[in-house]
Amino acid sequence: MTMLASIALVLLVLSNIRLLGGSRLGTLIQTVAIQGVILAFLPLFAHPGGGLNYELLAMAAATGLIKGLVLPRMLTRAVRDVQVRREVEPIVGYSTSLLVGLAALAVSAYLGWKLSPAEPAVSPLLVPVAIFTVLVGLFLIMTRRKALTQVVGYLVFENGIYTFGVSLAYRQPLLVELSVLLDVFVGVFVMGIIVFHIQREFDHIDADKLSLLRDGESQEEHQ
Amino acid sequence: MIWTLFTIPALAGLAAFFMKSRAALRTLLVATAVAHLALVITVAATHGAPRYGAWVGVDALAIVFLFITSVLFMAASVYAVGYLAAETPGARTDIEDGELFSNEPEAVFVGCLLFFLASMTLVITSRHMGLLWAAVEATTLASAPLIFFHRHHRSMEAAWKYLMICSVGIGLALLGNLFIAAALGPSADTGLVIDELSAAAPRMNPLWLKAGFIFLVVGYGTKMGLAPLHTWLPDAHSESPSVVSALLSGALLNCAFLGILRAWQLLAAAGLTAFAAPILVAFGLVSIGLTALFLVRQTDYKRLLAYSSIEHMGIMALGVGLGGIATYGALLNAVNHSMAKAALFLVSGNLLRAFRSKEIASVTGSMRIAPVSSIIWLCGAFAITGMPPFGVFVSEFTIIRGAIDGGHVVIAVTVLLFLGVAFAAVAASVLSMVQGEPPAGVIREKETLLTILPPAVLAAVVLMLGLYVPPFISSALHKASLALEVLQ
Repeated sequence: MTMLASIALVLLVLSNIRLLGGSRLGTLIQTVAIQGVILAFLPLFAHPGGGLNYELLAMAAATGLIKGLVLPRMLTRAVRDVQVRREVEPIVGYSTSLLVGLAALAVSAYLGWKLSPAEPAVSPLLVPVAIFTVLVGLFLIMTRRKALTQVVGYLVFENGIYTFGVSLAYRQPLLVELSVLLDVFVGVFVMGIIVFHIQREFDHIDADKLSLLRDGESQEEHQ
Repeated sequence: MIWTLFTIPALAGLAAFFMKSRAALRTLLVATAVAHLALVITVAATHGAPRYGAWVGVDALAIVFLFITSVLFMAASVYAVGYLAAETPGARTDIEDGELFSNEPEAVFVGCLLFFLASMTLVITSRHMGLLWAAVEATTLASAPLIFFHRHHRSMEAAWKYLMICSVGIGLALLGNLFIAAALGPSADTGLVIDELSAAAPRMNPLWLKAGFIFLVVGYGTKMGLAPLHTWLPDAHSESPSVVSALLSGALLNCAFLGILRAWQLLAAAGLTAFAAPILVAFGLVSIGLTALFLVRQTDYKRLLAYSSIEHMGIMALGVGLGGIATYGALLNAVNHSMAKAALFLVSGNLLRAFRSKEIASVTGSMRIAPVSSIIWLCGAFAITGMPPFGVFVSEFTIIRGAIDGGHVVIAVTVLLFLGVAFAAVAASVLSMVQGEPPAGVIREKETLLTILPPAVLAAVVLMLGLYVPPFISSALHKASLALEVLQ
């Protein structure tokens, strides 16, 4: 069982690397959908005795449905409605992003090794991979310009938290179930993008241009 | 009984979405605020210790924050009635760049205000770390539409930024909760209710517990506005309607602070305050120092108030980190800051309506345009910068004394220096607005009672707390600060 869980976690790492190097929004959304499916398998390995219970099965089903199907569909719909240019214009380039990703992987491996012994996890890879996924998500949020790409980044960040939660899914199912509430945020973001584009209250959804309110230069221009 | 504290506002909020009549909506808002305050008073008078293991309950800490939230909401709801009555219906031009915009439907606004009250009350009364987390998320979702009440692109930006930054913070706080659950170890059956966690704390894995604390402080600290995690705060406070700014600053930031205090209680129970204290002190000092600089070069008076809120959040974090008498000071400061800042934000709405500008430079001679508002504005500004005889002076003085008692003279001197800079900056801005001749074209309008009475009452409370702290308040604060000191 540990073997299967480890394979799933390695696939998660690979999907993260694809996200770091990806430029088309379509690719990013597809990759995030694949991540959702991988995550759906993880609760099946969470029972310490290797068994299963209804709670874990329900968790797996709900995860697959929300993260693998519903949210990616909403994102695709937003791409179509908003007609965002497919390329992304990142603050940090793709090759540099990949290098940063490698560094993040090393950091996560170190932190995971420091923290792991506390919890007999699903697999020894679980904690490092969870930390790596959180870091990749945060990196995407900070370095990508399009609001939609940032939402994808948030989804990845949240997937990392969920991955960590799986190690506790048997003892503290409630906390892991609560992480669904983070999916609500993703839903709100996507709805916001769709709705406010339609109402034309916001010409660009480029979050980096949300700089009007920043203190400093822009304020002096106003005077 | 305790359940009604948040179910009544929640149900009222739900009802508001289906109501058409403006008069009915406004009546519902004020009636719910009155009912909430009455319930809080009853609960405070009758409550015993919360039942062991209960998910929802009222302890000494919760009472303090319940009172702050309920009193502020009461003031804000009365003000909102006057505010909404004065809003021009339909599309109108933006004062800053002349674009057309219209307000959110009033039903949505009132409904979200009531949901906001319900979610904040749930944050305060929840004794389960997971429930508390979910309630903090609910406050974010309920308040985002409030920031976007004036539907123009700047408030859109502010609301988007608020949602994005706070949702990352909330994610990190969930990770912190997961770490704390991991710290329980594989065999433990303990739930996540604060009582059970505190009892189990000495046996928890300290490494995971410390990691969990850091993530909770960073996560809830984002919401509380501790620098350098504060970046959403000035935008959200300056772009939302003044009544919402008052609630965000006076009530919401305190709720996030309570989240950190709950984490602190756990660390105290585990005997790890020596680890936790420097973290809070560091966040506190950075917040106080950074905002002093931003206050000096500030050109927008609502942003000025927002930065001052970050400063006070820093002061409170510092007070708890220093411990001893400073903890009492921090809680007293929570009360004082909330009342004074809410009064200031409410009055800033009156000045904004009269002068149609948020620029400090374009507001002059407000004493001739809106005399009552200007007097409250001056009192509030002196109160918030810690001048005697106002309450903030007492609370800040207590924290400084706590620092000196604990042997942290360098911290005390640094804080005094920054507070001095902040005072000079705020006083210079505020005086330039009140004095002089008003600009041409600004005419004196009659100030309505509904928009003057709430801030005046709040300012009077701060003045009273500076001269005399009634026994029921001081004993509540003492009990609350004891809850933060010893929990072993």
